[in-house]
Amino acid sequence: MGKLVLSDHELALKSVQLRKKTLEAIHDAGAGHTGGGLSCLDVLNVLYNRILNVSPETFGSATRDRYVQSKGHSVEALYAVLADRGFFPEADLKTICHYQSHMVGHPTRHIHGIEMNTGALGHGLPICIGMALAAKMDSAAYRVFTLLGDGELAEGSNWEAALAAAHYKLDNLTAIIDHNTLQISGHTRDVMSNEPLDEKWRAFGWAVKIVNGHDYAALTEALSKPAEIGKPTCIIANTTKGKGVSFMENVAKWHHGVPSDAELKQALGELNAAAAKLKEAA
Amino acid sequence: MSAPAPSMFTPAAKVMAEKLGLKMGRANLEEFAATLEELAKANPNIIAVTSDSRGSGKLAPFGKNLPKQLVEVGIAEQNLVGITAGLAACGKKSFGVSPGCFLTARSLEQIKNDICYSDVPAVLIGISSGTSYGALGTTHHSLHDLAVLRAINNLTIIVPADNFETRAAIQFAAKATKPVFVRFGKAAMFNLHKSETKFTVGKAIQLRDGNDVAFIATGETAVHALLAAGKLAEQGLNCRVISMHSIKPLDTEVILKAGRECRAVITVEEHLVNGGLGEACASVLLQGGASKPFRIVAIPDEETVPGAQADIFRHYGISMEGLSETALKLLK
Repeated sequence: MGKLVLSDHELALKSVQLRKKTLEAIHDAGAGHTGGGLSCLDVLNVLYNRILNVSPETFGSATRDRYVQSKGHSVEALYAVLADRGFFPEADLKTICHYQSHMVGHPTRHIHGIEMNTGALGHGLPICIGMALAAKMDSAAYRVFTLLGDGELAEGSNWEAALAAAHYKLDNLTAIIDHNTLQISGHTRDVMSNEPLDEKWRAFGWAVKIVNGHDYAALTEALSKPAEIGKPTCIIANTTKGKGVSFMENVAKWHHGVPSDAELKQALGELNAAAAKLKEAA
Repeated sequence: MSAPAPSMFTPAAKVMAEKLGLKMGRANLEEFAATLEELAKANPNIIAVTSDSRGSGKLAPFGKNLPKQLVEVGIAEQNLVGITAGLAACGKKSFGVSPGCFLTARSLEQIKNDICYSDVPAVLIGISSGTSYGALGTTHHSLHDLAVLRAINNLTIIVPADNFETRAAIQFAAKATKPVFVRFGKAAMFNLHKSETKFTVGKAIQLRDGNDVAFIATGETAVHALLAAGKLAEQGLNCRVISMHSIKPLDTEVILKAGRECRAVITVEEHLVNGGLGEACASVLLQGGASKPFRIVAIPDEETVPGAQADIFRHYGISMEGLSETALKLLK
């Protein structure tokens, strides 16, 4: 568990701010992956503020926890979280997709806090198996996490990796599925149905937990420790694509839709109202 | 009962090898396996990753003697490369070992992104590469690997000619801080080098001097070029033979020198004519203003002739006889 401990209320307020930053970054860049960034943002918020034993200062430590974002396209949300945690100045978010900025549209190790270059789907889980095996070989206590999209699961390499992780009993490995049920072309069930996910992962030898991916307490409980000794953990995080912005929620076109000036204004207005409501409730 | 595999060398080629003082060594594959095990015994951070390929990779003794340093991933080459990358990212000196045909085609995206783009110090070993699997057919040939890997940034590509170059390449790879790919075959190879030869990645080794024809050969075709030079010497021609073990970085200086000093240049490789050593040399020669009569001896862009590796080599002129004939035609 990381050093920073925030209350659920504080995390909720932070998520609103991070959603605003994500949307502003995509708007400024003129490109990006909006819906999936908003769907996984609460997972990232909990990981970096409650779970991962990693900080800007300790990122070079051999015993840090590893996080590899297999769904690399949700990079703007990740960068917003990393900036908030102090890995780089927030002003850098203004350079996303700009000429000669390493903040390209998918994660690269040129950016402090990024473990591996991802973006092509189906790569994160095999890499994390290598990392988790290395930890076991060194009797190191660090844990390894990856975040996959549910549409990403159509990539066959995930299932090669699913076999291997169970074979090697990698209980230091946690795969989180951002289960927002939408992908670029529409509903995942229509593009390539993959349900029931929980039974598939269990059948492959994983310990599976299903959580509300916007519930900080549930995510914290699920992520805090391996679900079962001797098995890798799969957390199916049920999320809403475009979470937090009414006209983006559950709309496939916002997979990589870029808000116009007016749409950004409306979205920020909704998020500001959400923040005010949260403060009022407190 | 299967027919015995034909020899890689004709009786005349064997006579020439003896005349040149060449001694038969073991397969580069065996040299690799022995070298890796020696290095791994001294360095517990060295990890071999195999895709049901420990037998094919001659790594069964490695697995028996160093079981904690071998990771088996099953028949899953994409996973093999991803795991190799993850191990390297966490401080291991990982060697992903798999038949060249599967490693460099099925897992190409993992090589590009997980290893080269992410810049982890992993090593990939393409075993039984080129046409080593001979009559098993095109599914098992890797005649594309140099072309596709040359087109990926941040990868050192080494194709050793003999046991000496193989050992040196593996020793280099074990210390490298950047991604490395090494490919070789499984047939026994003549030793081409004297013990005092220096092996430096990016610096070709001249096996023989001469100014009539320069043979620039890579990997296990180098011996055939050397034998051809011996045969051509009997006809009064002095041929230069260069072992171009590093495909990337390429020794452009040696290529340009050959282009400037020799009457003709012939490149030789166990690879498709497209995108391999020959086209790389052509680019260097043309851009360096050193163009001379030039031929690429490689596998042509056609469905590869069925047959054992030796049959395929001879069919396409990768032999003492074939290369001598090409040289004579080129000089006419």
